[in-house]
Amino acid sequence: MRVAATALLAIASVVLLSGSPEDKRVSIYSTVANYSLPVIERNKQDYVGLLEVLEPLGTVSGHVNGDHWRLHYNDADAEFSACKRVARARGTDFNLAANFILEGGRGLVPLADLSSLLSRILGGPVTFNPAARRVFVGGVAVHFTAQVSNTTPPKLIMNFTAPVNPTIATEPGKLRMTFTHDPVVAPSSPKLTFNSTVITSASFVESNGEAEIVVSSAAPVLASFSNNGRTITVEPPPVAATPSQVVASATPAPAAPPASVANAPVQAVAPYFAVVDAGHGGDERGAALTDQLAEKDVTLAFARLLHHELESRGLHTLLVRDADTTLTLDQRATMTNAAAPAIYVCVHAASQGPGVRLYTALTTPGESIGPFLEWNTAQSPFQALSDAAATSVAAALHSKQVPVRTLMAPLRPLNNIATAAVAIEITPSADDISRLNSAAYQEPIAAAVAAGIADAREKLRVASK
Amino acid sequence: MIPRHLILGAVVMLMLALGMGFYAWHMRGGARQPETASSQPVAPPVSGPTEPVTLYIAYDDGGVLRARSARIPLPAGRQERAEELLRALLNVYLDKSSPHLLGADSEIRDVYLVDPGLAVIDLNSAFADGHRSGVLVEELTVASLVETLSANIPGIARAKILVDGKERDTLAGHLDLTNFFDVATFSQIALQLQNTR
Repeated sequence: MRVAATALLAIASVVLLSGSPEDKRVSIYSTVANYSLPVIERNKQDYVGLLEVLEPLGTVSGHVNGDHWRLHYNDADAEFSACKRVARARGTDFNLAANFILEGGRGLVPLADLSSLLSRILGGPVTFNPAARRVFVGGVAVHFTAQVSNTTPPKLIMNFTAPVNPTIATEPGKLRMTFTHDPVVAPSSPKLTFNSTVITSASFVESNGEAEIVVSSAAPVLASFSNNGRTITVEPPPVAATPSQVVASATPAPAAPPASVANAPVQAVAPYFAVVDAGHGGDERGAALTDQLAEKDVTLAFARLLHHELESRGLHTLLVRDADTTLTLDQRATMTNAAAPAIYVCVHAASQGPGVRLYTALTTPGESIGPFLEWNTAQSPFQALSDAAATSVAAALHSKQVPVRTLMAPLRPLNNIATAAVAIEITPSADDISRLNSAAYQEPIAAAVAAGIADAREKLRVASK
Repeated sequence: MIPRHLILGAVVMLMLALGMGFYAWHMRGGARQPETASSQPVAPPVSGPTEPVTLYIAYDDGGVLRARSARIPLPAGRQERAEELLRALLNVYLDKSSPHLLGADSEIRDVYLVDPGLAVIDLNSAFADGHRSGVLVEELTVASLVETLSANIPGIARAKILVDGKERDTLAGHLDLTNFFDVATFSQIALQLQNTR
């Protein structure tokens, strides 16, 4: 009984993992680092640890002497006393909005005083947005412009004054860009209305240390990055409309993590034949292949080459990321399923080779409800097609004397993709890792992979109709 | 005159003492039995008689999974056997001559067997945090754990891997740990991994 109860507790911990109430946070943006910290509530007031605020900005230390706490930051000193409002920074006394708290050697200051405190200690201008709990040290704010083009379909082009890396999520009629580590500030008007029936407006909101731009649209839209992360383009996926497709088009891309995905076969002709997805990116570096070489950089370089090779064979291809951006696995799957290609190719890299490893998903049959597939088993009906694509790519690689191995793997987002889906793991030849990111090594592999996909194009096209 | 219930109590105690003495003698004798099937020794995690098991060992050289016969001491309980089995497997990987290196502080925290047919393997965070990142290298580890467990503990149909008692997205950035592994389907992977092509 005791064993069973312990086991049940373990299972319960799996099930009950999600869902903790949102913690209060404050974000600090500076030329040195952008970061966020937890806000601590004491005596019904918001506090923040001063040492934690200053640590990413310079050399800082704190010393406790009885009820007194002395802080050294670069060339500046500040003194605080437990349960007192009076403090001193750079030789000048000033009053805090609430008592200073000394807690286990940690100095907590009222959040309301953070702006003036940082300004005194750092010796420069600091702007604080108390409602959103966002602190801007110096002139780091990133501004943006947004306008909708007159093209068909219309595109919302957003230009930022510095590279940005938001988390993107979609829900019916909305695309949300959440800026956690980017000091993006509001335009002149927090709500921008566009003269378009497809992309109607964009609104800027900020709270709890984050900024968010919400794009409202009458049709599903996707976001893509360009200009080294300074431009975000929001546009509907280029889908050729047919009467049978109206149902799928009217169904917006599911929010992540979605419960189901629109069934791909309702598409008549896929405008994108292939979707190539460079694994990892942004904050998610993937494997550290060497001290300097991250997997995310190798995958992006290879994905670009593969994109070029596929396009040169007349296979219109969408690159999921073309910059060093963070995308969740659900976002990658959602983008792919919305584009409804004939094949999805995910790229990974490893240090131990040799050659190329091809992976197809490890799936179990799921439930289909009308035109919808279960999210976690969406790949299941396409498994045979994926195997056929992998076989064709393996044959092409083999014909070019590239060592190749085909395996199954529980590797997301393969199991969420509603079309043929293959993952490629490129590895160095004879463990010569230095060549892995060279175009000379990658180009023949990309060409062979593209040739293998091209060889299977008719089978893939027929299946995707 | 000694009361009858005291005589009965003394007899029962004597029988218990004799029984435990025989058991202890049996255990010592069993532990001296020579190991015959294993070509490479596996550190015994518990004392007691050894039993033949099949460990599925990952080899980075060639990226393959190979079955290895071994004899290890296993306790009586099904769940405890599963734990000791995986700990014996881990000892192979933590050895200096390991064919598939894992982080130095890697541990199997617990294995829970939940009927019908679910095995929950709880790894410590050092196991996952110290694991090398890559599709194949992560798959070899998971296949080794799942296949070793299912080959030696009858009745396991599904497996779930937790890290520090919690669900984790991936082992080290690639292999998906959010879903339950269907053992029959996973055996196909194990078969693929036993071939080098």
